[in-house]
Amino acid sequence: MTTTPRQVHLAAHFPGVNNTTVWNDPLQRSQIDFAAFEHFASTAERGRFDYLFLAEGLRLREHKGRIHELDVVGRPNTLAVLAALAAVTHHIGLVGTLSATFNEPYELARQLATLDHLSNGRAGWNVVTSSDAFHGANFRRGGYLDHGDRYSRASEFVSVAKELWDSWSPDAVVADRASGRFLADDAIEPFAHHGPQFDVAGRFNVPRSPQRYPVIVQAGDSADGRDFAADHAEVIFSRHSVFEEAQQFYRDVKGRLAGRGRTEDSLKILPAVTFALGDTEAEAAERAREDALAQVGPKTAITVLEQVWGVDLSDRDPDGPLPEFDPDPEASITKGWAPRYPNAVQVARAWRARSEAEGLSIRELVIAVTGRQSFVGTPASVARELDRYVQERATDGFVIVGTTSPHGLDEFVERVIPELQERGVYRTEYEEGATLRRTLGLPEPTQIAEEVRRVG
Amino acid sequence: MTRRTTIAVALDGAGWHPAAWRDPSARPTELFSTGYWIDLARTAERAGVDFLTIEDALGLQSAAFGAADDRTDEVRGRLDALLIASFIAPTTTRIGLVPTVTTTHTEPFHVATGLQTLDFASRGRAGWRVQVSGAAHEARHFGRRTLAPLDLEAVRRGDSALLRELFDEARDAVEVVRRLWDGWEDDAIIRDAATARFVDRDKLHYADFEGAQFSVKGPSITPRSPQGQPLVTALAHQTIPYELAATSADLVFVTPHDDSQARSILDEVRNAELRVGRTGRPLSVLADVVVLLEATPELATAALERLDAEHGAPATSDALIFAGTPEALVERIGAWTDAGYDGVRLRPARLTRDLEQLAEWVLPAFDRADAPGATLRERLGFERPANRYAVEETAA
Repeated sequence: MTTTPRQVHLAAHFPGVNNTTVWNDPLQRSQIDFAAFEHFASTAERGRFDYLFLAEGLRLREHKGRIHELDVVGRPNTLAVLAALAAVTHHIGLVGTLSATFNEPYELARQLATLDHLSNGRAGWNVVTSSDAFHGANFRRGGYLDHGDRYSRASEFVSVAKELWDSWSPDAVVADRASGRFLADDAIEPFAHHGPQFDVAGRFNVPRSPQRYPVIVQAGDSADGRDFAADHAEVIFSRHSVFEEAQQFYRDVKGRLAGRGRTEDSLKILPAVTFALGDTEAEAAERAREDALAQVGPKTAITVLEQVWGVDLSDRDPDGPLPEFDPDPEASITKGWAPRYPNAVQVARAWRARSEAEGLSIRELVIAVTGRQSFVGTPASVARELDRYVQERATDGFVIVGTTSPHGLDEFVERVIPELQERGVYRTEYEEGATLRRTLGLPEPTQIAEEVRRVG
Repeated sequence: MTRRTTIAVALDGAGWHPAAWRDPSARPTELFSTGYWIDLARTAERAGVDFLTIEDALGLQSAAFGAADDRTDEVRGRLDALLIASFIAPTTTRIGLVPTVTTTHTEPFHVATGLQTLDFASRGRAGWRVQVSGAAHEARHFGRRTLAPLDLEAVRRGDSALLRELFDEARDAVEVVRRLWDGWEDDAIIRDAATARFVDRDKLHYADFEGAQFSVKGPSITPRSPQGQPLVTALAHQTIPYELAATSADLVFVTPHDDSQARSILDEVRNAELRVGRTGRPLSVLADVVVLLEATPELATAALERLDAEHGAPATSDALIFAGTPEALVERIGAWTDAGYDGVRLRPARLTRDLEQLAEWVLPAFDRADAPGATLRERLGFERPANRYAVEETAA
């Protein structure tokens, strides 16, 4: 008798606001009209994805002091578009990226609880933090959060939110006409939290939602980030898509769970991956090359270089060699991107060495270091490789990132999903009425809060 | 030609009578489920209601003004109104969706993008009911500032310092939000392959707002939405709110209890417009009224008395409570429009039953024709606002 193979979990990343999305592709449509989101969601649901995923950016990116023009830009409010998508989907999870810095627990907890009610238990929250004044300039709190406080705020935020979500008893609403009681006795437990980030008290105003808590997703990668994940996260949106690195990350994070009384299955790790498909390996490689050239145009190549060097390089020839001088480590001419190159001098030297060794121009080098598609091949070979990652515990699944909006997922759903299903490692139907947590194969939230209440 | 009467319906819980949830027609166990809200929205849309408002607050409902209570005999708990409206948007095609969004503790940036996204999801049917929160217990939910308990006498006199502060902040919030809505010119997305530019940054504009409670840089992360600016509305009962409406809103809800009040309130609104130097289109003014409808006056009175008995006291409201026949309500609405009102916002006492009564007996008395695919602004006869930044360029 054979054992059931580990199952692949998939999330669908709405095409991003960055140069991964090829906006001059003939298939590219509006990235903001609601029709784009409807199409994307229905494609992902047709592909039986666990959830669809929305990133968030709370300020338009700037380069050299001006708004960046080269990439797709303009996106919706995460919560509002997910609530609208809840009405046109039935099974797929709805996961949004929402800042623990630029929101307050009472408001965000009620919005997420509302989304969970509206979707019958399909809500998820990718918890992110930000500390920089650039984004802070759009918000009441400004940018004064210390970098080191990011995860303590995130952790305290999630703890407060859970207290709010737990504060309504499961059977609070009795609505008994005869006795005139709408609420049961002690239906709503008052909350009070006094901590370094939040000093709040009162009563929550949304009844307990189907999942009780939205599924908590986390994307940070630092040691603090990994600890936060081990404390709170049920899914990690990871950057480690190269097999060995992915396996190492998987072991590290899963290893932190036991010390917190969690099982390995209570946290899924899903790296973001891109793909290029062809009828033959050669055709796939050619498409990957075409995508990379489209993603890294001459101007984008120079922009990426300027992000590392921190100075204006607009007079450089993108088809020429890299600058012979080192970056100014203090200079920064880019705002609004996640810090990709913390050690600019080291990065620049490595890039220069590689370009000299392999004879790469600026644009070719940038393609080589940023534009690589994670999985390139025929649908069957890509499916085989995805499966291998999961069986060999490099990951529990993937966040699939397409290159056009909203059709970037279509080909994956039409060609790769059937191959995965054929291999017996991917669902062919959703379980009727399943919550997102159940679809992901995650355990129910712990009962700690209820036990505390009973003892108290 | 007579003006088209604007008819809005206000959704809240099981209805506007505190005992509404006990009416046999109510669906009190479904107040937090999607089917309930979709049924209400579709009933209203089929009847030709122009738009729905959805109540909201950053704390539990309370029978005590500005303070919490511990009652268990009334509906408590509600879902976020903007998200309910967003959910309703793709399941409807004509009706306007106007959620209540508070300005006191929320982020103007999120408010702006949330309403823009509702406008995209509804294809141009979004509006906003601006609301302040003066309740000390709601401030404790956020813990960022301490509000003194509202001095009810000062509120009645119209010289409450807290009220002034909250409404000044609301005015700032609307200003920021409108600037963010205009931050992208309509043709900012160019997709110009020749210059490799997706967007033309000369058509993106910073809000650059600095106020007493917040500063916002901008631009919005969201492109300009189908209506350009969703419709801004406010409920107002006295001078400070009238001035907020006159400064910041497109449409105001007021609460006249009789004909003479109807005239004096309208005069106050117009005076407030003069005082704040409003330019452009005058405020659209709708009279709010709680409605309970039955086939005869006797049945209506009996139904109201039954609800009042269950509640343990006669219901009170800031708005007129109308318990009567559909014909009498049509006359009542006609009297207001004759007095210069643009229409009414009807607050069903028993949401399920009275909305059905309105759909069947009241809405057919009014001309409901409109162009298919019309935006909320078009439906109500508002222009699509010119972009302030584009206008400046032309003028320069």
